[in-house]
Amino acid sequence: MTATIPVRLTRAGLVATARLLLSLRAIDLPPPAGAPRILVANHVSHADFVALWSVLPPERRLRTRPVAGADYWERSDLRRWIAHQVFRAVLIDRDPNSRRSDPVETVAEVLHGGEDVIFFPEGTRNLTDTRLLPLKSGIFHLARAVPQAEIVPAWILNLDRILPKGAFLPVPLNCAVRFGQPMRVETGESREDFLTRLSAAMLALAEQKG
Amino acid sequence: MERFHSPSAFFFYGLFAFLLLASLVARLLIRSGRVKGEMAQNLADRIRAWWVMIGVLALIFTLGAGAITLFFALCSMAALREFATITHTRRDDHDGLAIAFYAVLPLQYLLVYFEVPVFAALLIPVYCFLLLPVVTVMKGEVQGFLTRVSETQWALMVCVYCVSHIPAILTLDIPGYPYSAFTLVAWLILVVQASDVLQYVWGKALGRHLLAPRVSPSKTVEGLVGGVLSASALGVALAPFTPFGWWQAGLIALTVTTFGFLGGLIMSAIKRDRGVKDWGTLVQGHGGILDRLDSLVFSAPIFLHILAWGWL
Repeated sequence: MTATIPVRLTRAGLVATARLLLSLRAIDLPPPAGAPRILVANHVSHADFVALWSVLPPERRLRTRPVAGADYWERSDLRRWIAHQVFRAVLIDRDPNSRRSDPVETVAEVLHGGEDVIFFPEGTRNLTDTRLLPLKSGIFHLARAVPQAEIVPAWILNLDRILPKGAFLPVPLNCAVRFGQPMRVETGESREDFLTRLSAAMLALAEQKG
Repeated sequence: MERFHSPSAFFFYGLFAFLLLASLVARLLIRSGRVKGEMAQNLADRIRAWWVMIGVLALIFTLGAGAITLFFALCSMAALREFATITHTRRDDHDGLAIAFYAVLPLQYLLVYFEVPVFAALLIPVYCFLLLPVVTVMKGEVQGFLTRVSETQWALMVCVYCVSHIPAILTLDIPGYPYSAFTLVAWLILVVQASDVLQYVWGKALGRHLLAPRVSPSKTVEGLVGGVLSASALGVALAPFTPFGWWQAGLIALTVTTFGFLGGLIMSAIKRDRGVKDWGTLVQGHGGILDRLDSLVFSAPIFLHILAWGWL
């Protein structure tokens, strides 16, 4: 899978900007475990993709693909190019009425192929005042479909403070992505229990100091 | 070619020679296994960061006053970012912070560079103090108001106002002094930073009595006394390149290193209160840029005032 020069330049530019401008870094990134990974994070802005992606070591970055809504990313040529070429996003149809393929299956296929995914379990960008929206059940179904996959909770710190809703200029702040312990759906665990456990793990990362 | 023969150039030659020696000694210590593990890594990181920092300083000193001013403006930017990150500021403070970053900071350095000392002295302590809270109060959010506006004001004072005093020294023209003010900036940075390093070294070697255990677990009485005295001795040794007599150089070095120490202590208290160990991760092995600049922040204004009142 060789990338064209504009794609490489865009990737390098995004990573360099994120690193330089936001002094972005990973906190407690768990070492690779051999199993495919679902990186699960809070979602407040489009920069979240870039943030999570930039803090990964380069060799893992190239095999980590964000899962994103096709309705948004298929809307223009530029968005399509960014989604398909730059991020190699896994686009899923979020509308259950119109979709022709099962999103869980689409993402599971990527994981089976040995690649990692970035997944925003809130299902959409959180533009409210609450820290975390109630998690959608997609992550539970995905975890059940690929039981060997590790779910790694992550929290993107400060990115929401850089450009709050309605603000015009971004204010540079130091950002970081904090990772938690990998988890899996336990045998017999119900959907509600799992989603509660996952959102608690994510919120715990948000509260942690240092 | 004069800039390669100036006293500040020779300070840098000396520093590079010293760094070379330090690198060799560190390598020997690590190879012989006397320093190992995390400590060895930290030592190697710190020395590498010193090479970069001194290299960059040598380069900007060669390029001239514009480069030095721009460099410290960038330092202010990075420092302000670190400071703003740990404040309680929220959505309603966003405009105030944006003004601080994009208007106040550049303006302060322009005032310094184009030598408008009166406004450079008043912009942040008076006009920002009066006007930035106005921007915030317009948002109508009162919760934590005093905390939030004070934090923004502190961030500007520490990261922009105080840091801008370093390049401001370049604008001084001291009658009868044969060298340029570059030498004075180099002297200040050298003495204050040497004091930091020497406090660390003396503290590691002899430190027994913790100075302020609740504020900083690493600052000791032995480290403070040893560091401040030996750095002041260095300041005295370099007195022939300054407009100061021997005893004056000693007293001034003692003053700036003491203020440098107090600055480190104050900044430690802020970090402790906000639950962080370092200000950031910009300087490998050292933490953030504020971890490296904290002592200069509190000593540069004092040094500038000593020069302005005593030697102009």
